[in-house]
Amino acid sequence: MTTAGGATGLGGAGGGDGGFVVTLERYSGPLDLLLALIRREEIDIWDIPIARIADQFLQVIHALGLDEAAEYLEMAARLLRIKAQMLLPRRGDEEPWEDPRHELVRRLLEYQQIREIADWLTAAARRRAERYQRGYLPALPEQPPPPLVLDLSELLEAVERVLTMMPDPVIFRVMPRPLDVEGATRRIMERLGERESVGWRELLGERPTITDVLSTLLSLLELARRGLLVIVQRKAFTPPEVARGPAYQAA
Amino acid sequence: MDQRTRLLEAALFAAPRPLALDELAVLDAEATEDDWKKALGELKEHYETGGHGVELVELAHGWQILTLPLFAEAIERAAFAARPTRLSAAALEVLAIVAYRQPVGRAEIEDIRGVSCGGVLRMLQERGLLEVAGRSEGLGRPILYATTPQFLELMGLADLSDLPRTEELAVALRPPQTEP
Repeated sequence: MTTAGGATGLGGAGGGDGGFVVTLERYSGPLDLLLALIRREEIDIWDIPIARIADQFLQVIHALGLDEAAEYLEMAARLLRIKAQMLLPRRGDEEPWEDPRHELVRRLLEYQQIREIADWLTAAARRRAERYQRGYLPALPEQPPPPLVLDLSELLEAVERVLTMMPDPVIFRVMPRPLDVEGATRRIMERLGERESVGWRELLGERPTITDVLSTLLSLLELARRGLLVIVQRKAFTPPEVARGPAYQAA
Repeated sequence: MDQRTRLLEAALFAAPRPLALDELAVLDAEATEDDWKKALGELKEHYETGGHGVELVELAHGWQILTLPLFAEAIERAAFAARPTRLSAAALEVLAIVAYRQPVGRAEIEDIRGVSCGGVLRMLQERGLLEVAGRSEGLGRPILYATTPQFLELMGLADLSDLPRTEELAVALRPPQTEP
């Protein structure tokens, strides 16, 4: 039996004092637990020793956490009531004695049958899962777009709105600003002639324009490509430094 | 295979679910139900004797082409198809009760199981395995539940008569009392 709540014995593991350690998920209900007890004790279901089973049942549900187990408590109360009824002295033989356990046995048997069917269904579903149907899912038929409703005045109003929202056009004049890569190269090589390594900001000179920065950057990349210099960062977050590269002597 | 059997094969191949006899009727107005039964028999035999990886299976009041169990492991390993998720013990118990007692109300299900099962019922409805079959005439007119064709599909049953008969079960029980 492989069903998750299968009554496959009581979880006796753990508890150092020999008490039961049971999780609620282990049983799918109080009847499941009761059946598990009966099976474990190898008890004849038609002659349940109610006192013993009731005690064991209580023991187990104490381990369950009581607030979660209202249905288990209800069953416990039922067991105790039957236990009490069993203790009552029976009247004379003239009146037929009705076994107070009868209703419980009927429910247990009914439940056990359901469990058996549930197990059968589990096996059936497992067999079915071994056969695959085509994985094809037809695409949903494409819905045609809803018809467009628009009249001329609405359209004109919309045009009006768009026109008023349009800002005055801003005209940019593009000015050619030639980059001076050669000048930057000269400057960089001069600095490297003086010192082995230079901070990259020093190469820009004072108050660099955007053109200066771009020229220097392009020049640095080109010189680095030719191996005349290397760009290093000594530590994370520190500004990069420019140092003489492997091909510097040759230059 | 004759033309009609090949048409049947094509239809079953294209359909995303088992096709029932009355659905097949739409394919060819001239064919009778017996013609389709004959074609189904022929196609079934064709798959069984011709050395195929699929077979024709009667399922959920209809017919479907399914892969052979022999290849289940390989297909699963290759993850071409998702294996359906397992149902919990509680869900299976509720399905078992509904399958045998349908249409059945929540109170009776809970009475048999000894636990409340509103959440399980809702989940099974959402997964399309149970549906509301009407309302009882009893007090409060409680909702009655029944199993769906998807339930049959999931369990691989042609119809409810494929379920084991109660007298075949190890625990024999009297039929449910029909007192008011």
